[in-house]
Amino acid sequence: MSLLSVRDLTVMRGDCPVVDGVSIDLEASEVVGLIGPNGAGKTSLMRGALGILPIGGTSSLAALSPRDRARAVAWMPQSREIAWPVSVESLVTLGRIPHLPAGPGDAAAVTRALDRLDLASFRDRIATRLSGGEQARVLLARVLAQETPLILADEPIAGLDPAHQIATMEMFRDLAAEGRSVLVASHDLGLAARYCTRLVMLDRGRLVADGPPGEVLTDANLREIFGIRARFEIGKDGIVFQLLERVA
Amino acid sequence: MTRALPLALGALLPLLFAASLAIGPAGVPWGQSLAALVREDGLLTLVMREIRLPRALLAIMVGASLGLAGAAMQGYLRNPLAEPGLIGVSGSAALGAVIAIHTGLAAAFTLGLPLLALAGAAIGVALILFLAGPRGSSLTLILAGIAISALAGAFTSLALNLSPNPFAASEIVFWMMGSLDDRSMTHVWIALPFMAVGWALMLTLGRALDALTLGEDAAEALGMSLTRVRLTLVFGVAAAVGAATAVAGAIGFVGLVVPHILRPFVGARPSRLLLASAAGGAALVLAADIAVRLILPDRDLKLGVLMAIVGAPLFLHLIYKTRKEVA
Repeated sequence: MSLLSVRDLTVMRGDCPVVDGVSIDLEASEVVGLIGPNGAGKTSLMRGALGILPIGGTSSLAALSPRDRARAVAWMPQSREIAWPVSVESLVTLGRIPHLPAGPGDAAAVTRALDRLDLASFRDRIATRLSGGEQARVLLARVLAQETPLILADEPIAGLDPAHQIATMEMFRDLAAEGRSVLVASHDLGLAARYCTRLVMLDRGRLVADGPPGEVLTDANLREIFGIRARFEIGKDGIVFQLLERVA
Repeated sequence: MTRALPLALGALLPLLFAASLAIGPAGVPWGQSLAALVREDGLLTLVMREIRLPRALLAIMVGASLGLAGAAMQGYLRNPLAEPGLIGVSGSAALGAVIAIHTGLAAAFTLGLPLLALAGAAIGVALILFLAGPRGSSLTLILAGIAISALAGAFTSLALNLSPNPFAASEIVFWMMGSLDDRSMTHVWIALPFMAVGWALMLTLGRALDALTLGEDAAEALGMSLTRVRLTLVFGVAAAVGAATAVAGAIGFVGLVVPHILRPFVGARPSRLLLASAAGGAALVLAADIAVRLILPDRDLKLGVLMAIVGAPLFLHLIYKTRKEVA
């Protein structure tokens, strides 16, 4: 089942296309990593696909009404904003807004989301007084509480400790096993290679590669797009991807 | 703590309302003056119905408008320092009133002042929407508001500068201090429709303001139309605050301080802060309007002056507390 279908998506900033004719599809049960250097257009692609930026081309999500869209996809922006000192529980409950009127399922969804992110003991804490990494997990719990078939997350693991980075990527994989899908932008190519079923590589607004990690993280792509050299191995520990050095 | 607030405000408001009705220079016992409101008692009934009742009603209406608008502005801008005057409507409404006084329209015709103030507010709104556009960020809205306030302030100064005589100048200055003295039921009826529309518009914003806790992007992805939120906010604040300024003059600090004080009692949730701030603002203005009658009964202490004298130190205290929490 297609959860997202983007055709020839173009996003303009002034006269300059920051996303230029990109087409991607997401089926159920996928964890798709969106990778590319700074300014490649990862965030603009996701915001354009959501329809919260004016776009050229089409996106199946942008075509929905705002309320239907909010039930089809949950969006975790890169900026981790928590404007008011609300409790963790109130903050996570915001994810239930698209499912109003409030029902008995809301509390259960919030509890599931908190449990999934190991935040049950944080329920009554004030969100703004948590550490940056804890806030990131609370915001991710909000996204989960929305219980949508698709999640778009912009660098959700940046700033997390290693165990929680892995836990987050494992959680995305578990969601995929349940038939849901995640599109995750990340600069951590190693974790993306290990946990994503597919990688989409962008460069200067254009789609460069789209396929399994081994076919996208090639020596040539890494050299030309990222300007780096890395080691990619599939051994007894699964995929191991290690950055080595910058190349001219 | 969160449950105690509606109870406390619910008990406080009727008490303050009754006190506002009962206290005045006539010096009649409480019971007798309150009874005269419903039962015919000659001159006392006239005083109660024509002088004290409109004053108490206006205190509630003006306070609720300012408190609610403050909570809505702070929620929308996600900034505890935001206040209803920020979009320039109070400034432009005040300019309208000042023009009415300056030209003598206010003296020639009772409703001249409030009507011209409302016209000023309407022009202010039109200007802000033209400058900031229906779409665009909250930053452009603030900047446009500051520009309009500055312009209205400049023209107000011009009116003072060119005032035909010292009496007109002092009338303008006294009016701008803000007061509920000497208002009639006509003022209530002229302000109420605008305020009611403003309240209704602002009270629909609760869910969107909650969603905005997560930032504009996340709120939009949660199904909120930011364009609609912004228009609703601007029209709601303008209608309520424009009408409040038209009948009471410029009364500061209510919209700034009330949401700030009440925020911890509602778990900081912007939606729950709306109604709480409306009730809190009504209680504060009622209390302050009683205080001006008790502190200096013979000197016509202005409501806006008292509010600023009490509000500014309170605000400093809050900032000091916030600073300690943030550090």
